[in-house]
Amino acid sequence: MANNYYDPKDLRKFGEITQWSEELGNKFFDYYGKVFEEGALTAREKSLIALAVSHTEQCPYCIDAYTKDSLERGVTKEQMMEAIHVGAAIKSGATLVHATMMMNKVNKLEM
Amino acid sequence: MAKLKQQSLRKRDNELASANRQLEILNGGIFENGELPTFAKKIMQTNQFPLRPKKLEILQINLGYMCNQVCEHCHVDAGPDRKEIMTWETMQMCLEVIKNTGAHTLDLTGGAPEMNPNFRRFVDKASQAGIKDFIVRSNLTIIRANKKYHDLPQFFKKHNVHVVSSMPHWTRGKTDKQRGEGVFDMSITALKQLNAVGYGMPGSNLKLDLVYNPNGAYLPGDQTSMEKEFKSALLADFNIQFHSLFAITNLPISRFLDYLIASENYEEYMYQLVEAYNPGAVKNVMCTNTISISWDGWLYDCDFNQMLGLKVASKVTHINQYNESILSDRDIVISQHCYGCTAGAGSSCQGVVTT
Repeated sequence: MANNYYDPKDLRKFGEITQWSEELGNKFFDYYGKVFEEGALTAREKSLIALAVSHTEQCPYCIDAYTKDSLERGVTKEQMMEAIHVGAAIKSGATLVHATMMMNKVNKLEM
Repeated sequence: MAKLKQQSLRKRDNELASANRQLEILNGGIFENGELPTFAKKIMQTNQFPLRPKKLEILQINLGYMCNQVCEHCHVDAGPDRKEIMTWETMQMCLEVIKNTGAHTLDLTGGAPEMNPNFRRFVDKASQAGIKDFIVRSNLTIIRANKKYHDLPQFFKKHNVHVVSSMPHWTRGKTDKQRGEGVFDMSITALKQLNAVGYGMPGSNLKLDLVYNPNGAYLPGDQTSMEKEFKSALLADFNIQFHSLFAITNLPISRFLDYLIASENYEEYMYQLVEAYNPGAVKNVMCTNTISISWDGWLYDCDFNQMLGLKVASKVTHINQYNESILSDRDIVISQHCYGCTAGAGSSCQGVVTT
């Protein structure tokens, strides 16, 4: 085992997950590949969504991969940063909207 | 963030100005210790070794390494300080070859080919040889660099030249970062001038194509999608039109190699190229249909091999002995930089090589 949990080189080994569960691994990669093909959304739009989600998921491998993927698709750094703010806004919004639960509870419990 | 350089590697006495040093790097490290397969080994696995030429289609002539720009990624190490320029004597030998070649495309490159003092005289003569597609690779800013170049669009039009120009991005920031301060605005003005005389307009026979290459250690995205983005942005923002976009991969040589090493991206970039290896692209790599001629008349399999000093492996190595039939019987010289032309959809001076 390495001394750190994350190693950038491990991203290259992603495909190897099929070795210990071939059928499920292959099904996942087929699905993954299909999801990112051009469809109703362009591959570029999908890359930006993936970049934002990579941040909300706080996945270093995904951030590495989709920053590069966005650059390859000609996305500017301003567009990348805005996409991450969208993710951040949803993250913080999702936290804050739960405040209504707290308020409901307080209102119910307090005289 | 890298600061833009004002001088070539050669002028700066950088060790990567030496082709041998570049080859040492490309043949050493991760390729020497077997971490990654050499290009020769890789194409052997798909029975494509040795690479052999097919029918000659393109004669690419490098008129000199002098350029008005010092782009960060330049594989030629071109710049204002480079004095290597094709002489009229060598041009005359090229003209003889052009008259008799079986190639349908003549492709003039540099540096900035327009800076060669005999450029116009050469184009004038070469355009009379009846070549089907006559390309000049113009960096756009040259048209604005000096009064004496302002009429280049009209000159190109007069000789029905096919203009292929570099444009790294449709935004100012990305363009100037790669090519130098002010390059974007000058390029936009030059493109407008070219459009004004009919270049790049829908249905026009005056062909204007743009070349996109990534602004760092990553591969170009899908050429068709990039073309769509370029077209809509340049039209909406500047009312500029062009015909096709060529997406070209940066090859790990010269100034781009220097950048890769200095930014500690070299190994990762080579991994990317090797992982994206596409045997389908090998079938159509440009060295199989091109002969590259240097400013001093030597013959190469491509412009990249020219910069690495890798002459054709043939009895005929110079324009003064030029013979297409002898040249067609040769093995193409390869090294690890060749992975740049076989990654993904492949890459050539005409863009992707697979459909």
